[in-house]
Amino acid sequence: MNGDPTLERIARGNALALCAGGPWTATFAPVLERIVADAEKLAGSRLDILIDVSQVSRLDTFGAWLIERLRRSLAQGRAETNIAGLSTNYASLVDEVRRVNSVPAAERASVTISGMLATLGRSVATIGDTFLGLIDMLGAVLAASVRVLLHPRSFRLTSTVHHLEQVCWRAVPIIVLITFLIGCIISQQGIFHFRRFGADIFVVDMLGVLVLREIGVLLVAIMVAGRSGSAYTAELGSMKMREEIDALRTMGFDPIEVLILPRMLALVIAMPILAFLGAMAALYGGGLVAWLYGGVDPEAFLLRLRDAISIDHFTVGMIKAPVMAAVIGIVACVEGLAVQGSAESLGQHTTASVVKGIFFVIVMDGVFAIFFAAIGI
Amino acid sequence: MMVSAASDPIIRVRDITVQFGATKVLDGLNLDVKRGEILGFVGPSGAGKSVLTRTIIGLVPKLSGRIEVFGIDLDAADSTARRGVERRWGILFQQGALFSSLTVRQNIQFPVREYLKVSQRLLDEIMVAKLVMVGLRPEVADRFPAELSGGMIKRVALARALALDPELVFLDEPTSGLDPIGAGDFDELVRTLQRTLGLTVFMVTHDLDSLYTACDRIAVLGNGKIIAAGSMADMQASEHPWLRQYFHGKRARAVMG
Repeated sequence: MNGDPTLERIARGNALALCAGGPWTATFAPVLERIVADAEKLAGSRLDILIDVSQVSRLDTFGAWLIERLRRSLAQGRAETNIAGLSTNYASLVDEVRRVNSVPAAERASVTISGMLATLGRSVATIGDTFLGLIDMLGAVLAASVRVLLHPRSFRLTSTVHHLEQVCWRAVPIIVLITFLIGCIISQQGIFHFRRFGADIFVVDMLGVLVLREIGVLLVAIMVAGRSGSAYTAELGSMKMREEIDALRTMGFDPIEVLILPRMLALVIAMPILAFLGAMAALYGGGLVAWLYGGVDPEAFLLRLRDAISIDHFTVGMIKAPVMAAVIGIVACVEGLAVQGSAESLGQHTTASVVKGIFFVIVMDGVFAIFFAAIGI
Repeated sequence: MMVSAASDPIIRVRDITVQFGATKVLDGLNLDVKRGEILGFVGPSGAGKSVLTRTIIGLVPKLSGRIEVFGIDLDAADSTARRGVERRWGILFQQGALFSSLTVRQNIQFPVREYLKVSQRLLDEIMVAKLVMVGLRPEVADRFPAELSGGMIKRVALARALALDPELVFLDEPTSGLDPIGAGDFDELVRTLQRTLGLTVFMVTHDLDSLYTACDRIAVLGNGKIIAAGSMADMQASEHPWLRQYFHGKRARAVMG
């Protein structure tokens, strides 16, 4: 009785008996499927077919369904088909699977050229929506700020301070470390190439302008987008998934005011601080390399730096920082609120948050470059 | 899957101690679950019912003790033996724990696809059979878990737990969050499945209706130990204060009519 399941064919005059035996269970499903597919070919060959299951040692849903499937295909061939030898327990199981009527086919996602073009077209067509969403969020945040200004008591100080700790204080070590290293690399590369023209000292000019005006802010913004933008999206997204945002709304709170404004504010405060610290760390790293590798002693470095840069360079960097913070924050919050019910969607929107955040930061940087060039700073 | 001698427990738990920090949640607990029975597992909130369930299935590490499922000591078992055991049990988590990025169809087919090499056609048919068994229509197959109601999530999760026709199922509060009719149907369903599939059911529940209608035996957890185990009549006869309150309270009387 043990071993593999069987389906024996025994001819009885004009009728055929299919005698099932052995364990008809999930474990043997691949074997059973083959046996049943073979037996299904008998459809229409004889008048009466009897499926005898009295010798089946064990039966579960898989076996019961395959017997039922066999019965149906044989019955379609207009053969009179019956199942015999069912014990009461198994009969109720077969009754259960008999209730299966329609099996909806799986929707297969086929990759076709037209499908790919359609996806491309759809994403191009929705670019406008992305901008609209961002502007919508900007407007909502500004409106909430005005409300908070009018009713200062509704301002969430604790929350803001908490987020400030997360995005500013805890970000300091990594930001300082990375900008320090970047300062070192810029300085080393500068000295290495400038030395050929005997222009070693000009590395200080390059370092000063680059760090204060461009790299310092841009690098910090990219790190903030990766570090804090993603965290905002994931936090808001998982809150959205678990209906926490709906709960807030039904209690009469504005999610923008409670969740988004403190986060935005924390980011806008944090970015200039981080950009400043980053710039200092980069200058320090660059100076160190210039001294140890290029032989520019600290005094000469500082003198040259004083001549090379003006307060304008510093101002330009500091003006850009909060704007970039706002862009990162808005992108992160829009993506966070767009999360649907699944873990996959959370992942997609977190990715989108970082990618779009960095993209818009670089675009903004370009816009600023044009603007400052136009006004002559 | 035939019901064998009652002396052969499908789960044997001996001297289990589980500690979180300084608190002993389970303290030298012993429990047997017999083959083919529906065991209702009750106890006050926070007594450690879910912890015991999670300890048996290996999600919570235990400090000491021994757990045997299907006669296999889970600590001594190698990974193949463990996988063999896991293939033979199904678990319904309290929140359903459906994979949110997979459709209902994919959720139910997932364990089958992993363990058995069968055609897509059979996968689909078995998926529908399971859906029908748990009282859902096949049309829900291509919905995502986020698009289902709470009761449907429970049912789909049960269908997934039953996907491989396990011999043993763990149900963690299967009827919580269901309307009384739905809960009654669910109890009936568990009964039917137990009868037809020869299932052994380990059910953590707070639902007195479930205890009355579905369970063969009841075990009560308190102070980290099993304080009572037996039939409904034994429970009602017990003098233990918590049991008295539980089985003779206002709600219990309402259920008993």
